[in-house]
This record gives sequence, structure tokens and C-alpha cells, in this order.
Amino acid sequence: MDGPFATAFSLIASGDAALMQIIGLSLRVTLSAVLLACLIGLPLGAALALARFPGRGAVIVMFNALMGLPPVVAGLVVYLALSRSGPLGSLALLFTPTAMIIAQTLLILPIVVSLTRSVVEDLWAEYREQLLSLGAGRLRAVPTLLWDGRVSLLTGVLAGFGRASAEVGAVLIVGGNIAGHTRTMTTAITLETNRGNLGLAVALGIILLTLTLTLNAAAWGAGEWAKRRLG
Amino acid sequence: MIHARRFILSATCALALLAALPVTAQEFITVASTTSTENSGLFGHILPIFRAETGIEVRVISQGTGQALETGRRGDADVVFVHARAQEEKFVANGYGVQRFDVMYNDFVIVGPDTDPAGLRAAADAKAAMAAIASAEASFASRGDDSGTYTAEKALWAAAGVEPAGAWYLSTGSGMGATLNTATQVPAYALTDRGTWLSFENRGDLDIVFEGDPVLFNPYGIILVNPQKHAHIKAEQSQAFIDWIISDAGQAAIASFEVGGKQLFFPRAN
Repeated sequence: MDGPFATAFSLIASGDAALMQIIGLSLRVTLSAVLLACLIGLPLGAALALARFPGRGAVIVMFNALMGLPPVVAGLVVYLALSRSGPLGSLALLFTPTAMIIAQTLLILPIVVSLTRSVVEDLWAEYREQLLSLGAGRLRAVPTLLWDGRVSLLTGVLAGFGRASAEVGAVLIVGGNIAGHTRTMTTAITLETNRGNLGLAVALGIILLTLTLTLNAAAWGAGEWAKRRLG
Repeated sequence: MIHARRFILSATCALALLAALPVTAQEFITVASTTSTENSGLFGHILPIFRAETGIEVRVISQGTGQALETGRRGDADVVFVHARAQEEKFVANGYGVQRFDVMYNDFVIVGPDTDPAGLRAAADAKAAMAAIASAEASFASRGDDSGTYTAEKALWAAAGVEPAGAWYLSTGSGMGATLNTATQVPAYALTDRGTWLSFENRGDLDIVFEGDPVLFNPYGIILVNPQKHAHIKAEQSQAFIDWIISDAGQAAIASFEVGGKQLFFPRAN
């Protein structure tokens, strides 16, 4: 039998160096983008939840809408910015993994910001009196609120991870799908589809899904463990 | 609680380290080329040979010819390696490229359903073949982008005096492989370079139904992007690559590339 599952299994079992490199790059790009989006998005989302300023509603709506930003548009924007003829051309970042991380961060950021805002807003409404009576100002309440909302926030982060690991439009444009350098799981799947090598394309898809499943299981397991051990 | 925070902190640090993995610095050039050369596996065959001889890594971005030339115009590649002669000459004439060199050729073929509803196998020449598809209104899958293949297709329709339009004419707006995947499913006729066809695996009931007319000749050229337009172009290493590919060694490497025992590209450098 040599269906896609068998192909996927033998690919993994063979430890093919090119495949391992592609898997490694996919994880590196996606996890870096998730990390960056969290570093920016968690404080930004919390700030948006607690701060009151004119145009706040418009900003919230904008971040909500950007959750639907098509990856290919994000890719195009980053491409035009990083191109040698673009404003950031001198950085020589186009067709590098860094460019791919930037594009994916742009894609995930709205998810992290919007979800964080929504979670923190609800918690603030609930615990506002308590926190204020303890002498915590809005700013000092942020870490506590983020910590209390960690389970919901983790779901948001996983959604961001899912969006990044699944997309092909942005990384294809800014990475260029260069063999051994910027080829990821999704761009490799696209390439094999274009070569009419559908069996291999599906096999790569199975490997990618297995990877995503494993990471999600690990995140869920860690959450459960933390709940049990730490209350 | 403290422990959990420490756990999260160390996990974050681990992720940060992962993000900061060192990128190995090495000598490389970027070549914007077409799907036909990359998808067929040609670069996978010849680039390791070049690298073994010179130590220069060649990073290939495969696009349609029009997009590859645009990548060169923007200065995002050091070399363009494409197949649409008129566009290449314009690229050089406008000062974006230094000089065009002939590298190799293959040819276009028309693939179609084995039943051949428009009777292309009996066509006298490419012009008659295209006219037969149009008059039978047999499905035809077109690239519909600005690739070298689409440029060739438009020239063939013009020669046949046909303005292709109607439900039978499917403009996919995508690469050669995606267009062939469409043609397999419809099934439809399609114009493709022989290299992509021979290395394409999802052929379904499609087969070559017309080939051999000299107008289907498909030459590839290589051009150094003009360092006077873009100062960062790695002219020295890029010229080394161009010199190599048109040298006897490079031409022999191209000629020795086979898929299923068939040679896909034929040397042509002077």
C-alpha cells in the first residue's frame, strides 16, 4: 500500500534531511511570529480594554476586522515594504525567514489583540471594585488580569498559531519558497500540488496536521496540569 | 502560582532562543526564474554542481516570467533566468538588465484529452491546431498570467486569427502546474512547456496531442540585473554563475538532466 498515510509515515521514518529542515523552519517561523504577536498583542489588547480615549471604538472595530486580513494581502504589504525598491529595502530582508516572521506576526497580531481586549474587558468589569480597593491602578491591574484570563488567552494564542501554521499566501510572497532556505511545509505542499505530485502533497499535509495536533495537545495538557497543580 | 509563572517565563525564553537561531552567513546569489525550470527539477540537478565548483549558493525563486522580470526590476534578485524573448530584450533595453545570454531551449506542446475532440492530432501546424480548438469550442485551460507560456499562447491565437473567448476558454490565472491540474479535471486542452509536462504526475487522461511545429520553440535567456540601477546586486558572483551556465561545464550539466530517461532542456549557448 502506498497511500498518502504510508507516504507520510515513510517520509518521517526516513528522517529525510530536507524534510526535517522544512519542518524546523516552519516551526521556527510560526512560533517566532506567535511569540512576537504575544509580546506586542497582550499588552496592547489589555491597554485597549482599560484605556478610554476618543476613537477607541474605531480602533477596536479595526482590530476585529483585521482578523479577516487575507494572508496574501499581508504578504503583499510586507513585500512592498521590504523590497529593494521599497522603504525598508536597505535591510535586505526580502526572501528571508525574518520577512516571513514579520508577515505572519502581522497576520496573528489582530487575533491576539482582539481576544485579549475582550477577555480583559470582561475580567475588569467583574473585578474592578476589588482591584481598585486593593490599591491597584488600571496599569498595575494589567498583569493580574492577564494572569486570571490565561486559559481564555491560551485559546486565542492557539488560534493565532493555527492561522500562521496553515497559511501559505504570505510566506510564499515574502519568502519566495527557496529550497533549503525559505521553503516551509505549506509552500512545499503548494509546490508538490503544482508538480502534480498530489500524493506527496497530501502526505506533507498529514505531517503538518500531526504536528499542529501535537502542539495543541501539549498546550492543552500544560493548561490542565497547571489547573490541577496550581489551582 | 510562582512556579507556574517561572514555567511560563522559561517557556518564553526558550521560544525567544528559537526565534534568534543564528542564520549561517554564506556567499549566495538570488535568481528569479520560472516555474518550468524549478518544477521540472532542473535547478535541483545543476545547482549542486555549480556550488561544488565555486562554493556559491544559488537561491531560486520560481515565478512566471513577467513576475520574475518585475522581481529583477525591483532589485530583489541578482539574476533573471526566464523564457519570453521579447520581454527579456525590453528588460535589457530599458536598462534593468546588463546583457541577455542564450542558455537553452525546450519546446511547447499542446496536451489534451486522449479522445482529442477537436482533432489536433491531424492538425498540419500549430496555427491549424489552435484554430481547430476554437472552432470546436473544445475546453482550453489558459495560464492567463504574464508568464512566458501565456505570451507564447497569445502569439499562437493571434497567428490563428482567433480571439479566444467563451465558456470553453478557461483563464486560470495561475502557474503551469495549477493550470495542468485544471486541464486534467475538466478535461481541457492546454499549452505547456515539455519540461513541466514530462515531470508532471497528475496527467489523468491527458496526453500530448500536438507537437513539433518550429513556432513552438521555447528559448531561455539569462540576464544579470544592472548593478548601476541597484548597487547591492552581487555582480561578481552572479556573473560567475552566468559564465558557468553558458560554459561547456554548465551546458553539459543542463544536457545531462533527465526525467524518466528523457532529456528536458537542450544547450544552446554560443
